[in-house]
Amino acid sequence: MTDVSLEFPGVKALDGVDFRLFPGEVHALLGENGAGKSTLIKALTGVYRPSGGHILLDDVEQRFATPAAAQAAGISTVYQEVNLCPNLSVAENVMLGHEPRRAGAIDWRATRRQAREQLKRLNLDLDPVSGLGTHSIAVQQLVAIARAMVIDAKVLILDEPTSSLDADEVERLFAVMRSLREQGVAILFVSHFLDQVYAISDRMTVLRNGRLVGEYLPAELPRVKLVSAMIGASIEVLERLEAETGSGAADPGAAGSGAVTGDEASGATAPEEAFLRARGLGRKKSVHPVDLDIRAGEVIGFAGLLGSGRTEVARLLYGADRADSGTLVVGGTPVTLRNPRRALRHRIAFSSESRRVEGLVGDLTVRENIVLGVQARRGWVRRLSRRRVDELVARYVAELDIRPADPDALVRNLSGGNQQKVLLARWLAMEPRLLILDEPTRGIDVGAKAEIQRLVATLAGDGMSVVFISAELEEVLRLSDRIVVMRDRTKVAELTNTDDVRLDTVVGLIAGGETRP
Amino acid sequence: MPTEPLTSADAGPSAGEAPSADAAPGDRPRPGALLRLRALLHLDQQYLPVVGSVVVLVLMLVVGGTRYDNFLSPLVLSNLLIDNSYMVVLAVGMTFVILTGGIDLSVGAVVALSGVLGARMFESGYPAAVCLPVMVLVGALLGVLAGVMVLVVEVEPFIATLAVMFLARGLCYVIAPESVPIRADAITTLGTSRFGAGEWVITPSGIIALVILGSAFFLLHYTRFGRTVYAIGEDEGSARLMGLPVTVTKLGVYVLSGTCAGVAGLLFAISTRAGYSRNGIGMETTAIAAVVIGGTILTGGSGYVLGSLLGVLALGLIQTMITFEGTLSSWWTSIFIGTLLFLFVVLQRVIVLRRT
Amino acid sequence: MNAVSALLRQRLFWPFAALVALLVADVRRTPTFLTIRVQDGHLFGGPVDILRNGAPLLLVALGMTLVIATRGIDLSVGAVLAISGAIACTVISTSAHPGQPGTLLLAVALACGASVVLGLVNGFLVAVAGIQPIIATLILMTAGRGVAMLITEGQITTITSPAYRTIGAGFWLGVPAAVIIAGLILAAVAVGTRRTALGMLVESVGVNPEASRLAGVRSVSILLAVYAASGLFAGIAGLMVSSNVMAADANNAGLFIELDAILAVVLGGTLLTGGRFSLRGTLLGVLVIQTLSISVTIQGISGAVTPLFKAIVVIAVFLLQSPAARERLRVRRRPAGGSASGGSASGGDTSDGGSAPAVPLNAKVAN
Repeated sequence: MTDVSLEFPGVKALDGVDFRLFPGEVHALLGENGAGKSTLIKALTGVYRPSGGHILLDDVEQRFATPAAAQAAGISTVYQEVNLCPNLSVAENVMLGHEPRRAGAIDWRATRRQAREQLKRLNLDLDPVSGLGTHSIAVQQLVAIARAMVIDAKVLILDEPTSSLDADEVERLFAVMRSLREQGVAILFVSHFLDQVYAISDRMTVLRNGRLVGEYLPAELPRVKLVSAMIGASIEVLERLEAETGSGAADPGAAGSGAVTGDEASGATAPEEAFLRARGLGRKKSVHPVDLDIRAGEVIGFAGLLGSGRTEVARLLYGADRADSGTLVVGGTPVTLRNPRRALRHRIAFSSESRRVEGLVGDLTVRENIVLGVQARRGWVRRLSRRRVDELVARYVAELDIRPADPDALVRNLSGGNQQKVLLARWLAMEPRLLILDEPTRGIDVGAKAEIQRLVATLAGDGMSVVFISAELEEVLRLSDRIVVMRDRTKVAELTNTDDVRLDTVVGLIAGGETRP
Repeated sequence: MPTEPLTSADAGPSAGEAPSADAAPGDRPRPGALLRLRALLHLDQQYLPVVGSVVVLVLMLVVGGTRYDNFLSPLVLSNLLIDNSYMVVLAVGMTFVILTGGIDLSVGAVVALSGVLGARMFESGYPAAVCLPVMVLVGALLGVLAGVMVLVVEVEPFIATLAVMFLARGLCYVIAPESVPIRADAITTLGTSRFGAGEWVITPSGIIALVILGSAFFLLHYTRFGRTVYAIGEDEGSARLMGLPVTVTKLGVYVLSGTCAGVAGLLFAISTRAGYSRNGIGMETTAIAAVVIGGTILTGGSGYVLGSLLGVLALGLIQTMITFEGTLSSWWTSIFIGTLLFLFVVLQRVIVLRRT
Repeated sequence: MNAVSALLRQRLFWPFAALVALLVADVRRTPTFLTIRVQDGHLFGGPVDILRNGAPLLLVALGMTLVIATRGIDLSVGAVLAISGAIACTVISTSAHPGQPGTLLLAVALACGASVVLGLVNGFLVAVAGIQPIIATLILMTAGRGVAMLITEGQITTITSPAYRTIGAGFWLGVPAAVIIAGLILAAVAVGTRRTALGMLVESVGVNPEASRLAGVRSVSILLAVYAASGLFAGIAGLMVSSNVMAADANNAGLFIELDAILAVVLGGTLLTGGRFSLRGTLLGVLVIQTLSISVTIQGISGAVTPLFKAIVVIAVFLLQSPAARERLRVRRRPAGGSASGGSASGGDTSDGGSAPAVPLNAKVAN
């Protein structure tokens, strides 16, 4: 691709970007949110039509009108969300649109056979007849790759394929990628995880604000430089960030300072101090019973892989899902959290990991999103006065530096980081005593990330309890007073976060004591 | 009963295989039998709504058979299909639309238009060779209109087909506000012919309905078009990203539904020997109800055209039973249909809940 | 607020243009069409006719607007309308004292009460049982007219009660009572949604039900309220319709009114996918549809052909409105598409007909 531009009226999403991809290489595409990665991919695959520039495939200029046209030319894409059809069988998902036919009818036997062969190429032993929906996301992703290979893709685009995979699954995916690379497939790989980028890619292209920053070889570009290329800030900013957020853990409000206890069972803390006390809180098929104490002014980090039960526990604490075992004591009184409203009444707030789906109301304004929680608590009859609304909104827009600072902007038009801030504002406006943040920093730019981390530390300093869930262990370690480690839907350990708790300690616990390759 | 071959019948050779040696490390070896069992269970769930339709149908037959004399006679059962042949055709078309997650409100009006137009053309002396195709084509044409509105103008299917419904109704009144009798020989012949063995009989209309049903089954399960219909119903965005011809397929679905409505209009005209602009009021809801009772999920992506046949027959049986009962007033039909619909909607809901 | 209201104006421009065009056509045919006469202290004239005949549709459309704003739809309003009329007329016709105010009150109360209950049943199926609105209300739509016939025992129940006649055909202070009732209810809905937080919460539930639940919004009670309101308004419309002809016709009362109402709502710029709603828009939509019906007669065309013109207006308005509106929508959606999860992850049970190519990544939430 050379000099590709893509404009949406008013916004230049891609501005004269050059990008090249060679057969037999894994090329990582990097950039913060809004850098134009997804836009570039969509331009490449015919989802969007570029307003300028050229796309050359084997030196032939291409203009793809639809994803189908791009696929016909040998460009296949596997998206993070796995865009397949769970209602159909694995075989169909691999072969759909390319089924072998006999006398005009689909030859199902041959279809299944070919699907099985394609899956074998990826070392996948699946029953082609089984429904796709019965398999895990990771397997579905591999099925999506198998589908991509059916059309003998010359170019395979993997858009954040690893976001919801665990370490084993990532390794399995990488094995598949390496073997495809050897077969001469050009692979475009997008990932937020720098480790993975360095582990697999042969070349990297960095975008920022819709512009090309540069193309690099991994060996030539140390990690720090890569990050600074991505965020367009000097390293000094990064260091400041480290320093600032690092102070969070040593916040004066933090309880249990000096307790050098390492592994310790929960419940060793004095119960009367706890704002929230859970005993044997669990839910069938979701999470095994968990004991947990949360004290005022404390930041509890939940560490664990996706699906380890970290989100599930949070949802139980909020009543988003109903616990079917165990007891919960909040502020000294036993409670049953039948629904989120109950939890809110006990001044527990929960910010979901899935901002768009479970958090924001996209078609409402920033103002409405911020006051939604407060208003819902008051009921629909007693509307907040306009003045009170303006006060609240003005306060949080300023405090959290929400941009644009226009309360009438529709929330879905904000960037990820600002959307997250709006969501935070909604919860803060309700003045919770316990704030549960599930992946509040996922998919947002570094600047907003730092601000949110700082905010967590401040809130805890003011006496609020915070449960902080993040896939990024560094972040959890930096912020938390105590760390709850989850594995296989079970709480496996609780650590007081002292200086001798290090990343590898936690990783070891998550991995279950085994050393991973 | 309708065991679809696509995933179950031919499963034997593939599912029985031993786990292959080159399974990826970390992938637990799973015995083929277990897999097969799981696949079967999964399928069971998928079939559950249709199983429900079968159960209801059998129950109604049993109840009717024990309650009324001659209820299970070949004649009554033959008539069940014959009398409802137009509805079978409508439900077939509707199944396609609903499988994509859409809806077609225009079919009742198209039935009326097709009938009125045909009647007027016969009256004006056009030969059957012209009239019959035109009656079908007018449906196809309106299907194209609905499809274009959905796809090009991007109007909701609900609104687009609503507009087509108004259009067709309005045209009906323009062509002929009053009932126009059809006396053409072709229609009379089609309406009075009977084929059969013993007391089992079938009319040309019944045959047409069955042929259309068979073709629809083939189309859905043995062509890419059909599989794309399912893919679109599950997730249109995904289908697009999978490179499937979403636009063409959706257009095709509305054209198909319109064409079916045209055919149904023809069949209805054959049975009533007339075209009337007030025909077919509420037919679209009956067709939708039949499809739902036949086990197709209204959000799309799951369902079978043979199920829709069962749905139509179940609704037809209600009518038959009320006739046999004799003392029940006609309005009980709609109350019973509503009740049945309610039960099936709840059943579907339970299934969906269990799946998640 | 400027951008939003500008867009709103844009959206309502074509329906408004259609209304003006219809009125101009009518005036050219009947120059006195727009003049309002006072006769026996009562108002008469074209505009009065439009308002009076449109009153039942406006009521139904108001309820429908709220339902649609929550991502729902209520197909049963026509059936509820018929049931309400059937109940009222049956109460009056079987009463020993049909003329007494007590009888009238009882009839109205029973009819309205039953309508609210039916609305609540719909609401229960949608909010508690979690059944798709279109199918949940289809049940009552299918069975409802049967129930109405059950009540009237298959007859067209005719009544004679001057007091009851006032509701649909009478005048209060010179203005048709139906117009006053509809106007009062319109005002009540406007105040009830915009002076309280109901409007915002309805929209919030309509845009993102799960996020609303997690934010502590009582979506169940909101949905119940909205469907109950839709039932009640349909019931009142049923009183008007039956009072106008002094009879309950279970088969034909309010036939297709659900479709007209949905059309009015959509013409008025409220999207079938839920969210932002506009009562002003709905009022305009109702006026367009009602003026159209009257215009057809004024132009000397058989009233039976009205659907044809409705279709033409609908198709025309959507053709004119759609590309522009969509284009605008695209502009507003795309810039946010920078993140990998691009597009709005809507639950998507209302099939958004071909949302391509701007939002292809509609991640399904179900399953």
